[in-house]
Amino acid sequence: MRFVGLALLVAAGATVGTLLRASIELAFPHTPGEWPWATFAINVVGSFALGALIEALALRGPDTGRRRTLRLGVGTGVVGGFTTYSTFVVEIDQLAGAGQAAVAVAYGLVSIVLGVVAAAIGAGAVASAFGRREADGQGAA
Amino acid sequence: MILVLTALAGGLGGALRFLVDTGVQRGNRTSVPLGTIIVNATACLVLGFVTAYASAHFGSGDVRSILGVGLLGGYSTFSTASVEALGLLRKGRWLAAIVHAGGMLVVCIGASVLGLVAGAVIP
Repeated sequence: MRFVGLALLVAAGATVGTLLRASIELAFPHTPGEWPWATFAINVVGSFALGALIEALALRGPDTGRRRTLRLGVGTGVVGGFTTYSTFVVEIDQLAGAGQAAVAVAYGLVSIVLGVVAAAIGAGAVASAFGRREADGQGAA
Repeated sequence: MILVLTALAGGLGGALRFLVDTGVQRGNRTSVPLGTIIVNATACLVLGFVTAYASAHFGSGDVRSILGVGLLGGYSTFSTASVEALGLLRKGRWLAAIVHAGGMLVVCIGASVLGLVAGAVIP
C-alpha cells in the first residue's frame, strides 16, 4: 500500500479510537481536583492492547504486507488514537493548579509505570499463548 | 454532532502523528525512538495554548472538544510511548527506558505550561 493509503488507514483507525475515547470521557467526567479515572483507564488498557498486538504481529513474522496493515490500522490508528498524552499532561497541570501537587505527581508516575507494566503483561500473555500453540504442534500460521 | 466532529478530528490527528513520526524516525540517527516524543511534546504545547486561549476568549466547550479531545488527543499517544519504553527495557537498556519515559513526561509538562502561558498572554 502506498504512503497516502497508509495515512488514510491510520486516519480511519484513529477516528474509531478517538470516538471510543471521547465517549468514555463524556460518560465519566471528572473535576480538575480529582484523579482522572477515564484517561487513566484508557491509557493503561490501550498500552496493554498495543503491547499484545505488537507482540502478536512480531511473533508471526516481519513487518510487511498484512501485518504492517494491521499494525498501522489497528495499532497506530485505533489504539494510538484511543490513548492520549496531551489530555494526560493537561490533567497533571490541572491537578497541580487545583492545589493537588502530590496527586498530580502520583497520577503522572503511576500512569507511566502501569502503562509499561500493562504493555509487558499484554506482550507476555501473547507470547505464552503463542508458545503453547507452538508446543502443541499447531504451528505459527 | 460534536462527537462526530471530534472523532473525525481525531482521525486527522492520527494521520498527522503517522506523518510526523515517520519523518522524525527517518532523520533519527540514535537508537532511541524520538518520533513519539516530538509528537507528544508538540501536542501538549498546542493543547496548553488552546486550553488557555479558549478559556480567555470564547469559553471552553465545542472548540475544546474538537481540537483538544479530537485533533490533539488523536495526534498524541500514550500506548506507543509505553511500548517503546518496554522495548528498551527488553533490550536491557534500563537507563534509556527511564530517560525516555521520564524525559517525555518532563518535556511534555514543560511544553504544556509554555502553551498555557502563551495562550493566556496573547490578546
